[in-house]
Order: sequence, then C-alpha cells, then structure tokens
Amino acid sequence: MSADVAVLGAGMHPWGKWGRSFVEYGRTAARAALADAGLDWTDVGSIVGADTVRSGYPGYVAGATFARALGWQGARVTSVYAACASGAQAIGAARAQILAGLADVVLVVGADAAPKGFFAPAGGERPDDPDWLRFRVLGATNPAYFALYARRRMAVHGDTLEDFAQVKVKNAAAGRLNPHARYRKAVTAQEVAASAVVADPLRLLDICATSDGGAALVLTSMDFARSRGVADPVRIRAVSTVTPAYPRTVLDLPDIATDSTTAADPVAGSFRSSIARAAYEEAGLGPRDLSLAEVYDLSTALELEWYEDIGLCAEGEGAKLVREGATALGGRIPVNTSGGLASFGEAVPAQAIAQVCELTWQLRGTAGERQVPGARAGITANQGLFGHGSAVVAVR
Amino acid sequence: MARTRTPVVSGWFTENAADGGGFRLLGTRCSACTAVFFPREDAYCRNPRCPGGGELAEVPLSPRGRVWSYTDGRYRPPAPYVSDPAEPWEPYTLLAVELEAEGMVVLGQGAPGVEVADLAVGTEVEVVGGVLGEDAETTWVTWQFKPVGGAG
Ligand SMILES: [Zn+2]
Repeated sequence: MSADVAVLGAGMHPWGKWGRSFVEYGRTAARAALADAGLDWTDVGSIVGADTVRSGYPGYVAGATFARALGWQGARVTSVYAACASGAQAIGAARAQILAGLADVVLVVGADAAPKGFFAPAGGERPDDPDWLRFRVLGATNPAYFALYARRRMAVHGDTLEDFAQVKVKNAAAGRLNPHARYRKAVTAQEVAASAVVADPLRLLDICATSDGGAALVLTSMDFARSRGVADPVRIRAVSTVTPAYPRTVLDLPDIATDSTTAADPVAGSFRSSIARAAYEEAGLGPRDLSLAEVYDLSTALELEWYEDIGLCAEGEGAKLVREGATALGGRIPVNTSGGLASFGEAVPAQAIAQVCELTWQLRGTAGERQVPGARAGITANQGLFGHGSAVVAVR
Repeated sequence: MARTRTPVVSGWFTENAADGGGFRLLGTRCSACTAVFFPREDAYCRNPRCPGGGELAEVPLSPRGRVWSYTDGRYRPPAPYVSDPAEPWEPYTLLAVELEAEGMVVLGQGAPGVEVADLAVGTEVEVVGGVLGEDAETTWVTWQFKPVGGAG
C-alpha cells in the first residue's frame, strides 16, 4: 500500500512586480497546472488555497477566491495559512484528502502580490502579537534576523562574505535559465560586494526581494494517475509540517527571545534539521538518495545553513560545499536549480508550491538547460513564521 | 512641556530591581518546573513536560550575558517602529545576547555609541536602560545592551 500521491500537473505565473491582483496570478498558475495535467477545472474535486495576508480580505480565504476566479463548480474547498510554509500546508492538506479517499483530484494554488520594501506586520496597536512587538520595540526587520544568523556563522564556522556571495552567483546562474524567474541575469561576486549593506554583514544582493507570483499543482491518487495512462508520475512521498521541540534555543523570526534552558536541556539539532529529518523518515530515504534540493534562501548565508540542516554535509561545512561547486548546476548535489529565492524573490504563499513545481520538472526530465541529469529524488525545505516546518520529498 | 517617561512595553523591565541591582529585564518563572519566560508568560507555562500546578512569578533576569550575534539596521524599519521620517535615518546596532543564568538569547538594541565594530560573538555585555524614542508627550524607555566596561 503506497502513501504516495501523484503530481499530474505543475504551473506558474512568472514572478515579478506586475501590479495586478494575486487572484490573477493564482488563476493563471492554476490553469497552467491543469493544462499540464491534461485535466479540466471541472475534473477537480477539491481546491486548496494557500492564503496571502497582504492582499486584503479576500486573501484570507484564498481557496474560494481562486475557485470563484476559475468559475464556481462546487468543488470542496480548503484555505490554509502558515506564512512561508503555507504552500507546504496546502500540499499536506491536499495529500491527506487524497489518501483518505475524499478526493481523487486536488488543485493546490498559492499566489501573492507583495508590497514594496520590508515586510511589515498588520497595522494598529497590537502589543500581544510578537510580530508587531519586534518591529515596535526593536525595529527588527526580517533582514536583521538573517544578518544575525550570517554573523554567527562567520564567527562560529569561519564563513566569509565571499562564501555568501558565491551562493548568489550560483543561484543567479540557475535563475538565468528559468523562464519563470524574476531576475534572469548572471551576478558576479563583485556585484554582490558592491551592493549596499542592509544589515551588517549582509548586502542587498545577499537578501531575497519580495515579488508577485503564483504557483499551482494538480495532485491525484496513484490510481487516478494510472487511469489517465500515466504509469510513472512524479510522486510526493513525504510532507513534513513539524513544529519545534522545547526548549527552542535558536532565535527565530519573529521572536524577541529563545526559550530558557532552566527547566529542560536543549535537544540535539536545530528545528530546521528536524523538519528535514521528519521528511526523510516518512519518505524512507536520506540525503544520500537526493538528486537535488530546493531550500529557502531568504539570504545567501541561510542557504548554507540549510545544506547542513537537510544533511548534505556536517554542521559548519556548508560553505565548503558552495566553494567546491557541489551545489551548483553540474555539481554533486545541485541546490536551488530553479534559481531559488535569489532569482525569484519571495511570493510567500506561492513559494513552497513553486519549490515542488521545480522538483516536478526536474524529476520528469523537462527542466531544460537547468536539468539535473537522471534526477530521481528531491527535497524542498522551508520554514514559516512562528514555528511552521515545511518540507516535501518527491520521487520518480 | 515635560514628557512622561513610559516603558515601551509595560512589565518587561524595571529601572529599580528589588535586589538593588538597578535596571533589569523582568521575566516570569514557573514554580513547578523552573522554566523562565521572556517576554513574560503570565497565563501558562510553556514547558511541555511541566508537572503543572505551579505559579508564574515575576523574576529579574541576569544583568549580564554574552553576545550570540549582532547586526545593525541601515534602513529605516517600517511602522510600528517609531521614527521621524523628516530626520535622516541613524542606524542602530542590534544584539542577540545569551543571558548567563537562563541560557536564553534575548534581542535588544545597543546603547548609544555601541557599534558593530565594538562587538564580537562572545563579548560580555550588560543590560541597561535607554531611550527608544520620543514623541510630543512621551519618552519611550526600553532596554539596551552595552559591553561590560567597554565601548558605549
Ligand atoms: Zn512549568
């Protein structure tokens, strides 16, 4: 008995700053995924929307908003929100419905229309919301947290600014080959070094932008895929949506402090590593089985941390991998073959879905110039505000 | 007109600790399991293995700790951070400090004059009172960190 679900379709609206409604991006991505699957919208029994919180009231109930834009046809609807992990939650909800026999065909859609500049919390006086407090009391933007991690890596592991820049160079080289990416030109280490410091030690080109974009997947039961003549579809084998373990000792967005260690000793390993571990356990494979990975490179330095967290190398050795070219296209274990957030910019509810789109194209062997030869297995990893883990393992 | 000195968040610190120690961050401590919380948790203990039945009592936190990491803010943060858009933006230093006794890492701005160049991971710092900003009626008081016996 397989717990796999099939990925029959993947689609995107290109990332950019288009100045239109997130609904339009989501609808375009959904129709692209349906066309890719060879299915009609009326074949879909359930739609799961990953919510945006920036596009006004309709964004909070994205599932029905997308269903309305595609044309009401009575499908079951689900809407989920977990910040950056919203897309993985949407995939997880879709998979559960398929495995429970509640639906054969589920459409998963996420889209965002991002604001200019720093992400900011919702307005009003809200002193009981940690996300509001970190801005009010500390002015601690997201890049400030990324910079704290980067500086700590430099102190603890000896990473250098040049190492961080190499991540950008690598991801820009892959993004240049991706028609869905927002930034499609090569970047040099000199250009990274010449960009303005946003939060010491990180520069503008070390930090991902915020973008408009949309991504969608058509997920089905394995039986349904076979009935459509797709004998060997890309399969989702694991969806990890774990929470941290107490006491959480690594500072994370949007927290002002970590847990104390007065009542309990810290557990071994980080929250991020537990996200990947749960995915590997569920999938019955490990980092050595991977052909590629898509990780959440909110900053260049954070990508290096993910290498360690998903088990591509030991703690502290992330920079060595990028120096050796192991994670570049053509390397031993390419990471962010899509170009990553460095080339896309973050469209929050779409991003984790977009990661799985890239795995799908790679595992099908249709990723064009970005193709990882003979790709058989991949993982996506990501983390949503407040403690939402997110990882997906897909295989062929 | 005299401004009122007001904590930016009430109950998170005191300028006159009960033990005579001056400015201290305030947390809460669970009497059943010894877990300490900052920002203060008054309603429930968040240790999943707490035996329960305890009380959460206010407790002053360690006056000193060591730098876990640090950065600065080169651009004006969005609201609700309060700054005068008519004035040029003055970058501030942001520290993550591991408190000695609690083993928790707490974020705070650097005291005036504390620069990134003055800091290293592991530097010993102390918590001090400072001013976050002022508006017409209020001087907003907050906590800040500065190296022990050093810069700032
Ligand atoms: Zn307790």
